[in-house]
Amino acid sequence: MMQDTDTPARGGLARAALRQSLTLARRSVSRLRTVPEETVGFVLQPLIYVTLFVFVMGEAMAGDWRTYRDFALPGIAVQMVVLSTLGTGLALNTDLEKGLFDRFRTLPISRTAPLLGAVLGDLVRYGLSLAVMTAVAAAIGFRPAGGVQGVAAAGALILVFAFSLCWIWTLLGLKARTPSGVQTLATVFLFPLAFGSSVLVDTDDMPGWVRIWAGVNPVTWATDAVRALLSGAPAGREVAGTLLWSAAILAVFLPLAARAYRRRVR
Amino acid sequence: MPSVADRAAPAIVADGLVKRFGGALALDGVSLAAPEGSVLCLLGPNGAGKTTVVRTLTTLLPPDSGRASVAGYDVVREAGRVRAAIGVTGQFTAVDDLMTGTQNLVMVARLGGFSRQAARSRAAELLDLLGLSEAAGRLVRTYSGGMRRRLDLAACLVRRPRVLFLDEPTTGLDPRSRGELWSLVLDVVAKGTTVLLTTQYLEEADRLADDVVVLDRGRVVVTGPPRQLKQRVGGHRVEFHPPDRSRADAVARAATALTGRPAAADGDVVRMNLDEAAAFPDVARRLMDAGLVVGEISLGYPSLDEVFLALTGRPRAGALAEGAADDAGH
Repeated sequence: MMQDTDTPARGGLARAALRQSLTLARRSVSRLRTVPEETVGFVLQPLIYVTLFVFVMGEAMAGDWRTYRDFALPGIAVQMVVLSTLGTGLALNTDLEKGLFDRFRTLPISRTAPLLGAVLGDLVRYGLSLAVMTAVAAAIGFRPAGGVQGVAAAGALILVFAFSLCWIWTLLGLKARTPSGVQTLATVFLFPLAFGSSVLVDTDDMPGWVRIWAGVNPVTWATDAVRALLSGAPAGREVAGTLLWSAAILAVFLPLAARAYRRRVR
Repeated sequence: MPSVADRAAPAIVADGLVKRFGGALALDGVSLAAPEGSVLCLLGPNGAGKTTVVRTLTTLLPPDSGRASVAGYDVVREAGRVRAAIGVTGQFTAVDDLMTGTQNLVMVARLGGFSRQAARSRAAELLDLLGLSEAAGRLVRTYSGGMRRRLDLAACLVRRPRVLFLDEPTTGLDPRSRGELWSLVLDVVAKGTTVLLTTQYLEEADRLADDVVVLDRGRVVVTGPPRQLKQRVGGHRVEFHPPDRSRADAVARAATALTGRPAAADGDVVRMNLDEAAAFPDVARRLMDAGLVVGEISLGYPSLDEVFLALTGRPRAGALAEGAADDAGH
């Protein structure tokens, strides 16, 4: 039986698939450099998030923007990346619609490389976004007690969490007919996730049924874990909860997305 | 006249391809062949099954029954080998708007196994070949329609494919860009590549193809070289526009006498068919020598509607509905 690519050795196949994924991953990273509005958006996004939440809401929420800065920044970082993951599904849908995936499919490359490449490229973007946000946070005097180690651990955890969320939007991106369809569907899931959480306020202040949702919401778990890691407090329970959530989301959505992908690109 | 298909080993063979989408029969037993180094043209209206044939031959769509091979490999069982031997442009240009021309080609080359260095030089070479060097560093979204098509073609050529598939490569292009693309395709063929292209224009088939397959509702209506097809359809359309109506009949009579082909006056226009475009200047000159002022003259190809009427004895599917829609639009 003929192999599906022209590389004979098995190990060679896996290496080739990885190399192809990385080549495709460059697409979304290179856009940051070459597409002006993406460059501007990439730099402005963290600035706007911090300005909005810390300076606009800070005094009202905590009486003092510095106190609120220390409370809200970990959540803002989580939220920024969570909201960005939608872009993975949108870009994927656009590529499918434009026939770019047909081009990839007529190349002698691994079937999974286009999908894996898109997700890997976006993860690099999220990482860079977090780096910019860290710089902005440092510039306004945020000095987390967790130190460099805490910041690195928090960043890594956010990326793991984002990786799992990507597959939800990937599934939508594969199923929806148009990018605006993805957007509409995603908003239904995304807003309760991003805002029905401990990102901006303490969940104790919420009415009962909202508190129950916010308590189980994976974004709350991720936010609490990042908060703990940054403040140098014991974070075991929160980190474990976030990883568990990530694993659960992956376990459900990765196979669904993979199946939808096989169906759509056969 | 023997078809080119008889003369050399086939690079593309399809035998009895059938494809159903739900209840609709998209391909109803399509068979065709293209020898190595030739140009095969699929001619047909929207919905005839042209794109389905291309998608099947390029491994994107498995047929329900029938078989096909490209470059000697079966498109279902040896899909990987087929992919290694082909280049494909779809109806919609599959280039990334948010990358530059160079980045697009380097990406495709890297995916094709080129080293970074080799990918860069291959990209530069192709951009130069297709006249895109000046735009190489610009984002593709700033390209014109013709430039996008050329970049799309370049992306197909990166790995020096043995067989090239072009699905309606000139649809939506202005006449100049269309002419540029035609000469690019002929260059590629001159280097030994086999090309299968789909089109809705008889002129395009005539300019490029060694063999034409006319498709209608998923079936092959006729196969043969363009010359044969043109003869069956009545060749080129010639129109004379004498300066006034009263001369039309005289021009028609003289043209009939000169060519032995019927010419008919319709109001102030005289229409006739010529098998060979080369006969056209001669006819025009002899009319003028005879002292007839023929006024404006034009030479054209039969439309797809005329082709279908001539070949099938009925208007092509959908032509009436489209006509009605056009009328409503005006």
